[in-house]
Amino acid sequence: MTDTFLREALDAADTVSDRLGIGRREFLRLCAATAATLGLPAGAEAAIAKAVEKAKRPPVIWLHFQECTGCSESLLRAEHPTLEKLILDVISLDYHETLMAAAGHQAEAARKASMQANKGKYILVVEGAIPVRDGGIYCKVGGRKAIDLVRECAADAAAVIAIGSCASWGGMPSTDPNPTGSSSVGEVLGKAVVTIPGCPPNPYNFLATAVHFLTFGKLPEVDALGRPKFAYGRLVHENCERRAHFDAGRFAMEFGDTGHRQGYCLYKLGCKGPETYANCPTIGFGDVGEGNWPVGCGHPCIGCTEKGVAFTKPIHQVAVMKNVVPPLSFPRIVEDQGKTSFASAAALAAIAGAAAGAAAMLARNLGKSEAGRQDAQPPKGE
Amino acid sequence: MDRRNFLKASAAGGGLLAAGAGTPAHARGNREVPPEALGLLYDSTLCVGCKACVAACKQANGMPPEFSTEEHLWDTPLDISGRTLNVIKVYRSGSARNKDREQDGYAFIKKSCMHCVDPSCISACPVSAMQKDPRTGVVSYDKDACIGCRYCVAACPFGVPRFTFESATPQISKCQLCRHRWKDGGYAACAEVCPTGATLYGRLTDLKQEAARRLAAKPGAPMVYPRGRLGGPDQSYPGVSAAYVQHLYGEKEFGGTQMVMLAGVPFEKLGYPGLPPVSDASSSETLQHTLYGGLVMPVAFLGLLSWVARRNVKSADDEEDPHHG
Repeated sequence: MTDTFLREALDAADTVSDRLGIGRREFLRLCAATAATLGLPAGAEAAIAKAVEKAKRPPVIWLHFQECTGCSESLLRAEHPTLEKLILDVISLDYHETLMAAAGHQAEAARKASMQANKGKYILVVEGAIPVRDGGIYCKVGGRKAIDLVRECAADAAAVIAIGSCASWGGMPSTDPNPTGSSSVGEVLGKAVVTIPGCPPNPYNFLATAVHFLTFGKLPEVDALGRPKFAYGRLVHENCERRAHFDAGRFAMEFGDTGHRQGYCLYKLGCKGPETYANCPTIGFGDVGEGNWPVGCGHPCIGCTEKGVAFTKPIHQVAVMKNVVPPLSFPRIVEDQGKTSFASAAALAAIAGAAAGAAAMLARNLGKSEAGRQDAQPPKGE
Repeated sequence: MDRRNFLKASAAGGGLLAAGAGTPAHARGNREVPPEALGLLYDSTLCVGCKACVAACKQANGMPPEFSTEEHLWDTPLDISGRTLNVIKVYRSGSARNKDREQDGYAFIKKSCMHCVDPSCISACPVSAMQKDPRTGVVSYDKDACIGCRYCVAACPFGVPRFTFESATPQISKCQLCRHRWKDGGYAACAEVCPTGATLYGRLTDLKQEAARRLAAKPGAPMVYPRGRLGGPDQSYPGVSAAYVQHLYGEKEFGGTQMVMLAGVPFEKLGYPGLPPVSDASSSETLQHTLYGGLVMPVAFLGLLSWVARRNVKSADDEEDPHHG
């Protein structure tokens, strides 16, 4: 089975290597890395390779609304594959305001043409929140309101992916008092979409989701908030490299103090790791190895993936512990200790019996000896 | 003096003493809270079960780890012991999904010395090994004075003093509120490291005020929680008020304790039984001091015994040896 996969993968790699302009080995490494991010079993890289090899690249329409383009910037810094490989060769990025060469009506025409041609087949990616107050007049692109654009583009999309916290749950623009009525894609469309929250999200969480769709024709398994479980299934706190310091009670009390310089736990500085679901500690940022993420750099997690945490709670406010159930390693209120075994009970009973018997015999003999002494000795006078 | 006369005299003397003895001892009542009583406030709803206090306590008191698992990897005490002065336990019920809920919930609870206002261990100690500081009220232990009788172990209603049975030179182990760290500006290590302020150190009056403030707040209302030491450097943080059981454990129990506790689950479930407001020490000492006041009861009892003995002795003498006596 693995052999077949491997052969298929190698064939696919040969086909792709010309198109992507990358070596076979490099291409397979990309597929393997993506499979690993997704937590797929061995052999899945072959399926990914085959899917990516397909001549017809899936069209992607990428909309920008109330955002800072940080998500796109984050994606630009991905190394496997690099963004130009991704948008030119793996997918067909038909509309992206930051990256497309076209401008003005030409660009809008390209979007419409792509939507027409790929009806029901394109992927819609939304970056940024959508203002809904006053009829949604606070964000317009090409004279059209964001709320109308997103509804129009989502109508015929095969899949909708909300990238970044703004599109996923409102993000920074939706912070109280939220003057423009910023809302998430899910709220505007009135249906659940796949969300890749984060400010910015890790590019590989998005890439892996897109490649999963390419490979298997469906989006990955998501949690109740639409977040892919492979990336958002665990609390930051659970995999944090500083967790041992938390358990041992070693906390940085302020920035620059001894504990902070020693890399102690940042919980007391307001780290939101215990209430934030994300894979930051396990995959890091920027492809420069481990430790390159906020907590690794000495700043508490602000909980950017979590609605009601980032941009809502003060950065240095102590986090809520979202442990689902208490771990097993706590002693119970009453611990059974030193249970009485049958053997020990029997031994104790035997000893007690022997002692009782001995006492009885002793008492009897005492009486005898006393009687004997009284017989032997003459009564004493004064 | 012959035997009969001696006994007669004894009985007479006893009767005389009994008749003319002084007034019986007064009921002494619970002891008063020392003026600068120090203590801890443990808030179960704030506790996140990180066990930082357990680790810090071990370190501060130079205690070895204790293992309850097959592989001896982590310090996993099941209860306080000769090698563990402080432990965090968990209450679980049903699915154990909700924190501080009695049904289908869980709650953490701290187990360590309560530093009673009127401690049984001190009352029971036949020497002066157990002492209560007259100023701070910290219940301390002096291993040089201890004779190893373990009366304190039996007397404590919370089962706190523990004996180091495993040692060749055993002693009693109990929390002494890190008094050895005071001279370096330290305080109770458990409170010092607690990340959420679930264990708070300070003067008992301040702690009780803090507890009253928490009990008075509406559940869900915004609340500022101090951390570390009340009156020390400000480490407070904003949080949300929890749904408390309206009961400050240790305020009245057993004549009051200097470690007081708040929780969202009834304390009986957390291993802290309902205790009468009268301390054992006061009732037992009242009883003892009444019985032994002015040696009235012992002498009266001796008289009674003597009378019984004399009666028996007399009949035996009369029957067996009439010409003696």
